[in-house]
Amino acid sequence: MVTFTLNGAQRTFDGDPDTPLLWVIRDFEKLTGTKYGCGVAQCGACTVHLDGMPRRSCITPIAMIDGSDVVTIEGISGKEAEAVQAAWKGLDVPQCGYCQSGQIMSAVALLQILPKPTDDEIDGAMAGNLCRCATYHRIRAAIHNAAKSMEG
Amino acid sequence: MTIHDITPTRRAFLAGAGLVIGVAIAPRFLSAASTGIPAGGSGELKAMNAFVKIGPDDTVTVLSKHIEFGQGPFTGLATLVAEELDADWSQMRAVHSPTDNKVYANLSFGLQGTGGSSSIANAYEQMRKAGATARAMLVAAAAEEWNVPAAEITVEKGRIKHAGSGKESGFGAFADKAARQVAPADPKLKDPKDFVLIGTELPKLDTQGKTDGTAVFTLDIMPEGLLTAVVAHPKHFGAIVKSFDDGNARKVRGVVDIKLVPQGVAVYADNTFSALKGRDALTIEWDLSKAETRSSEELTVEYVRHFDEPGLEATNTGNVDEALRQQGLQTVEAQIVFPFLAHAPMEPLDAVFIKAADGSVDIYNGAQFPGFDQQVAAKILALDEEKVRVNTQLAGGSFGRKAQFGSPYMQEAASVYAAIGGDRPLKHMWTREDDIQGGFYRPMYAHKMRGAIDATGQIVAWEQIIVGQSIMAKADLDSTSVEGASNLPYKIPNLKVTSHNITLPIPPLWWRSVGHTHTGFAVETFVDELLSRVGRDPVEGRLALIDASSRHAGVLRKAAEMADWGAAPPAGRARGVAVVESFGSFVAQVAEISVGSDGAPRVHKVWCAVDCGVAVNPNIIKAQMEGGIGYGLGAVLFDAITLGKGGKITQSNFHDYRSIRMNEMPDVAVEIIKSAEKPTGVGEPGVPPIGPAVANAWRKLTGAPVRQLPIVSVISS
Repeated sequence: MVTFTLNGAQRTFDGDPDTPLLWVIRDFEKLTGTKYGCGVAQCGACTVHLDGMPRRSCITPIAMIDGSDVVTIEGISGKEAEAVQAAWKGLDVPQCGYCQSGQIMSAVALLQILPKPTDDEIDGAMAGNLCRCATYHRIRAAIHNAAKSMEG
Repeated sequence: MTIHDITPTRRAFLAGAGLVIGVAIAPRFLSAASTGIPAGGSGELKAMNAFVKIGPDDTVTVLSKHIEFGQGPFTGLATLVAEELDADWSQMRAVHSPTDNKVYANLSFGLQGTGGSSSIANAYEQMRKAGATARAMLVAAAAEEWNVPAAEITVEKGRIKHAGSGKESGFGAFADKAARQVAPADPKLKDPKDFVLIGTELPKLDTQGKTDGTAVFTLDIMPEGLLTAVVAHPKHFGAIVKSFDDGNARKVRGVVDIKLVPQGVAVYADNTFSALKGRDALTIEWDLSKAETRSSEELTVEYVRHFDEPGLEATNTGNVDEALRQQGLQTVEAQIVFPFLAHAPMEPLDAVFIKAADGSVDIYNGAQFPGFDQQVAAKILALDEEKVRVNTQLAGGSFGRKAQFGSPYMQEAASVYAAIGGDRPLKHMWTREDDIQGGFYRPMYAHKMRGAIDATGQIVAWEQIIVGQSIMAKADLDSTSVEGASNLPYKIPNLKVTSHNITLPIPPLWWRSVGHTHTGFAVETFVDELLSRVGRDPVEGRLALIDASSRHAGVLRKAAEMADWGAAPPAGRARGVAVVESFGSFVAQVAEISVGSDGAPRVHKVWCAVDCGVAVNPNIIKAQMEGGIGYGLGAVLFDAITLGKGGKITQSNFHDYRSIRMNEMPDVAVEIIKSAEKPTGVGEPGVPPIGPAVANAWRKLTGAPVRQLPIVSVISS
């Protein structure tokens, strides 16, 4: 039995301990904002926050997260999350939208650590999140906009 | 794309006008709140026609006959309706229409379908008429209720007004009465100079749900009791199951059943991970007797062999052979080899099946041709077509992958559903490995080019031989193999373009911009090379070969101006240019590159000019250019699907089928040419120019022409 918190609520899981966190979140907790894209931590569509840090949930066995705190796109809050989501809407960043939960989770984590990231720092934090629609140009601009909006 | 060839009938413009279609906007388990995309307001929505519904809360819901997978039809089609309806943008909503090959036909295809960058182009007048019709019906209802002449009623930003009596109302109050009015046969459309919404950067209707995680894709549909199924596929094209042992797989916790299906071995489980683990535990022996067992290298040898054989003639003017023999010309000969490419949309293929109490079945999937999916599924499930409802869902990309004749994906998904029977809902999903190794690639092509240019920059001869699979499975000339080459934009007196159709067990498919993915590259790198032989500037030299008043010339001059083409680039950098017309839209791009630390091209900046006629939503057009550049650049730099020794597919996931990433995306500037021409598409036309623009810059920078793609395959070899 694994016990963890998911978006602030205590949850337990007593299925196969090898089950990746991604499939626990989706199939068992029915939170579908976190996406499957590759299953091998190459695309970032499954990014969640694990104890405050971005984490690829598709390669994180549920047994590893006993006692941890998991936050998904459905549960993010705070000024960084608000600034990022507002900036995303301001530039109409998403195209197909499938990767964007993961993009936003990575961007929020970046701004929590570096409130005013440089282009290189954005590259470093976001290079693990693929977008086949290639919305990168707007993601970069939206992160800068979000950083700017948090200054005041 | 000659998808237009399917049934080139032009159907009645508003086939469904006035027809009340009794469809639920969203299924039971998808409440409006959970989709994240406002799916109409509360209360009963009244249909003004097949495309427009009005709710008691004044919301206007547009039923999009085109699938939304990022290219923007929800917003675009709703804009066209709202313009003529004189609605306020805040009251507009969009959902996918039901499946109906007549009512929701793509007017370019004659059946329901999304592709060929045709959504706005084919629906431009139809959706405006749908809006104008609804407006006239609302006005007629208000005139009747207020007992005033309809001609005295005005509509502005969603408010119906009668100045004389001071009466005013929203749409909702008249929705019921309006729905019962007779639809005008030929409503008057606005003069484009009176547009208030078309041409403005209205915010997209689907952004909210795609920013807070609430947008629902097929993979997110999870009805009670759902079974999840995956199929073990072969690693060779054309292989079939000889025998399998499912003993260990059946022991995996959560695995419910295992069945042989035509496409492989299906594993059914109570959850996704159990299905995947069960699949991994299968032991399968494959029959390779009819499989492709040649490697990519062996295939290349086979392709190149065709250069010396007579081909299918696409264009033949003048006398190329004779012209090439003339003295005093600069001649260039080139062979370019293009690899197979997977589309790799972020959401791999998937579908959900739910049986209703009456035995009919609802299918939820990202269908580009929902009518084909319906026909195929009905046949496999042994149901009448009307007992199979295809409910189109938001799709996590496609790039052509979900547009297939005969719906081979649906054949697999429906076969998996049919094989287990029973009443449990079922989700069939492909993993990324299934996607990368699943075929339906942009075919491999080999081009042979021969050209000659005189000292004035006049290209006197051009021969192009194109070898590859026919996407349309034709025995004779397939226009998708030669489009962009057979109709070369440059004035050349002696021009010959031929093709050879190759047959392989590897299924081919169109890939974002179809033939232009390779012809655009071959043509634009070759013309650049010819011009450079006589010292002509790439921009000026091209302009000399086309009409100055052409739209080609317009975008080329604009992109050059944006890039300040005449000025020298920063030290260590070079610029390349390319211009390609595809799907009726014209796009020119200038790429500025350097040699990156890994020895590969580093693309710093791209200037892009597009002429797509009337720009319905400039912001979406710019986004499609940015995305097209990124998609095309990733493929040209990194991507190939290759067959190793014995024919086994080499790549399996994003680690070896590379995508462009954040740190590799150039800065992009886009300008749209002002135009009164009918709108044409933007989903695909941003893709073709980026490859040749980068390759031309690379040749300028390093002296090495790019003769094989992806570019990294040449640099690392």
